[in-house]
Amino acid sequence: MTPDLHLWLIPVLPLIGASINGLLGRRFSRQAVAGVALGFCGAAFAWALWVAMQLSSLALPHTEFLAHWIRAGSFQVDFAFYLDQLSLVMLLVVTGVGFLIHVYSVGYMWEEGGFYRFFSYLNLFMFFMLTLVLANNYLQMFIGWEGVGLASYLLIGFWFVKDSAASAGKKAFIVNRIGDFGFLIALFLLIKHFGSLDFQAVFQSISKLSPETAGGGLLTSIGLLLMVGAAGKSAQLPLYVWLPDAMEGPTPVSALIHAATMVTAGVYMVARSHVIFDRAPTALMVVAIVGTLTALFAATIGIAQTDIKKVLAYSTISQLGYMFMACGVAAYSAGIFHLMTHAFFKGLLFLGAGSVIHAVGGEQDMRRMGGLREHIPWTFWTMTVATLAIAGIPPFAGFFSKDEILWRAYQGSWVYWGIGVFTAFLTSFYMFRLWFMTFFGEYRGNGQESSAHASGHSSPGHSQIHESPKVMLIPLAILAVLSLTGGWIGSVRFEKFLGPVFYTSMAEHAALASGAEAAAVHEMANLEFVFTLISVAAGLLGLWLAWLLYCRRPQLPQRIADGLGRFYYAVANKYYVDELYAILFVKPVVEGSTSILWHGIDQNVIDQTVNDSADGARQISDSARHMQSGNLRSYAGWVAAGAAVLIAYMIWMGTR
Amino acid sequence: MVPLSYYLILGGILFACGVCGFLIRRNIITIFMSIELMLNGVNLTFVAFAAHWQRLSGQIFVFFVMVVAAAEAAVGLAIIISVYRTRETLNVDQVNLLKL
Amino acid sequence: MIHLTLFLVFGAICVAGAVNLLVQRHPINSALSLIAVLASLAVEYLLLGAEFVAAVQVIVYAGAIMVLFVFTIMLLNAGEEERTRGSRVAMVIGIPSLLIGGVLLAWVLVRHSGTEAVLAGALPGSPENVAWMLFHEFLLPFEVTSVLILIAIMGAVVLAARPEATSTGPGKES
Repeated sequence: MTPDLHLWLIPVLPLIGASINGLLGRRFSRQAVAGVALGFCGAAFAWALWVAMQLSSLALPHTEFLAHWIRAGSFQVDFAFYLDQLSLVMLLVVTGVGFLIHVYSVGYMWEEGGFYRFFSYLNLFMFFMLTLVLANNYLQMFIGWEGVGLASYLLIGFWFVKDSAASAGKKAFIVNRIGDFGFLIALFLLIKHFGSLDFQAVFQSISKLSPETAGGGLLTSIGLLLMVGAAGKSAQLPLYVWLPDAMEGPTPVSALIHAATMVTAGVYMVARSHVIFDRAPTALMVVAIVGTLTALFAATIGIAQTDIKKVLAYSTISQLGYMFMACGVAAYSAGIFHLMTHAFFKGLLFLGAGSVIHAVGGEQDMRRMGGLREHIPWTFWTMTVATLAIAGIPPFAGFFSKDEILWRAYQGSWVYWGIGVFTAFLTSFYMFRLWFMTFFGEYRGNGQESSAHASGHSSPGHSQIHESPKVMLIPLAILAVLSLTGGWIGSVRFEKFLGPVFYTSMAEHAALASGAEAAAVHEMANLEFVFTLISVAAGLLGLWLAWLLYCRRPQLPQRIADGLGRFYYAVANKYYVDELYAILFVKPVVEGSTSILWHGIDQNVIDQTVNDSADGARQISDSARHMQSGNLRSYAGWVAAGAAVLIAYMIWMGTR
Repeated sequence: MVPLSYYLILGGILFACGVCGFLIRRNIITIFMSIELMLNGVNLTFVAFAAHWQRLSGQIFVFFVMVVAAAEAAVGLAIIISVYRTRETLNVDQVNLLKL
Repeated sequence: MIHLTLFLVFGAICVAGAVNLLVQRHPINSALSLIAVLASLAVEYLLLGAEFVAAVQVIVYAGAIMVLFVFTIMLLNAGEEERTRGSRVAMVIGIPSLLIGGVLLAWVLVRHSGTEAVLAGALPGSPENVAWMLFHEFLLPFEVTSVLILIAIMGAVVLAARPEATSTGPGKES
């Protein structure tokens, strides 16, 4: 007997919170708003924990039906929830990290206007993300997919009176939409060929098909289109351009949406659709290539950025590239493992950056920070933990997941591994660069609040660098503990846990693989150990280089930059990709729509038609107006004429 | 030995004169008299058909037409008097306040 | 024969009176022509055997209604008609349509009506017969016309009353 876990409560609780705060929050006090938001989000987290504790008594995958939705002939889609190990991991990450960020936001946004609006949007985001994660079918996942895009737009443009924030929100939504177009076409193909969008139904039909060896089959197309959608949502090449701009939003938003949860939806979707990708090697290769190139590309941009949040944004893109690289070599559980640890340390990095920004009164440029170590010790130590984690230094969390990815990537192709190791070096370098520039050395800022600051986060009345309040520090501490211990479950145990999700349909492959591995496990183990050492060495090399350039000889970076000249400026300006897109896509569309659609059609055709019909009516009534002259005799004349017409008609009818 | 159509033609001529007078004349009272002329033409038609079809209903109807004409004349002349009192004119072209 | 002669004579008087009504400038002349028309019509009714209707025509129409007209003309001191610019519509549209209508009617009547003659006095329209019909088949309309006359009386009194007579006088207590 399958117990009813009321899974629908998990998404719906934040929705209720969002509605209460959104509709009534204006009149609540800030404490009440925070209470509502934290209460409902915490309740969702508690429920997710309770569901996790029920795990042993459940037969996974566990589905729960909520309501009928679409019934169109033989095609039907329902509101239903699907729980297996994969969605359970995502569920715990989303609700757990989400709840911590809610707590942090209470402190961060306390002085801001629109407090209730922020928490309403945050809860709304949680609702959509949980719908996405717990969905039973692609269409419900798409609701969540679109919904998190909406929430992202609302939250990026939270300070909508600022032009740059509003534009960044628009850019995020539009670029996401381009990806969603690919997703939609993949859905249409699924409906056409498999008649359903239910995960279980689709995957069962697909598992009967053989893997496609040629490059142009149905499954390859679906896989590639799904990848387009994932590239949009998870900011991979070429649709990554919205994520750096999304830093216009408040820092908790960047932590929650653009580090821990929304951007990982693409990875989750690819992992969920592994049945499709396993049978379409071409699509899988594309996934791996896109992920690898993105990881490298973003890391190279990250080393030259000066805004603390932009560094973290490019780092996110790069780490997402790692996750896609893992999925691309069919190491899905490694990708999900890295997703989980990344949520911990990247979330912590963003929250810590927010704490730093809060401390220096709104400054975000690292060149005007420095030496903050003594002033904000809690923030310093937690960010240290996170930086070590992301650099892949053992025993922090990032080491385990990143190492697993690199090892499995090598088994795909040494090229992936090579680029992966180099990117790990760059990651470590720019993260420690951030660490040194922010916390060490002399303080280069002016200590007062900067009045005309881009992020809009100002703390009036504080003219000194101060530590953040406890409500912001406690989530930092919890995330720091998770960044340290989160990887200790070990990739092997994690893979075993997620095994039933990824290997049920490929039981024979697993048996084969384990058989082969058992035979060669000795040599592989040695090689694996060597690779582990190499990746740790790459991390330490990055640390040393950053120490050299930013601590020991701080005038060296400027000399290097001058030496590289234009090449350096190209990197610092993100390779001018945004400008390229503007010329290639934005400008023609805007001009085309102005000249053709606006002037040509809207003004000359539509408006003209309306105006002409109004004019015509006026002219007709103008001429008909003369009939009403007030003159009795002309009325009599008209009556006589009418009577004559009637008489003639009747005579004609009578003589017919 | 007068054919029916002669009576009808006479009635038609009277009616036509009535309409003509209504359209041509400018004095309100004369217009009213043209209306009476129209009614009489119609009366003649009714009586002629009553004699033609040997039914008395035509004459009864003439009776009623006359009653109505009397009532109408009374009320209409009262209206003319009050219009004269306010407008100081009997010229129908000058009673054109209906014009926008 | 005599029937036809009488018809033609009095018919000519009718038409002459009608045309005179159109042509005369002074309303009193038009009123007198109308009286002539009404009287000739009474003779025509007699030719058709409608004695009672002819009598009523003279008494009511020529005797009461026209007297009312003459009184009003006297009361308002109506003078000769001025020549004002009238309505072009009445001339341009009204007269031609009238002519067309008249021609059509005449054409129909001449072509389609039978050439049976109407006998003089064929249908006795004596008061007795008329009264029989009036109080048996047409009783309801008869009663309704009495109400109609009552309303007309009230309307005429109200409309034609002098303005000071209808407003509250100085001696009103409530």
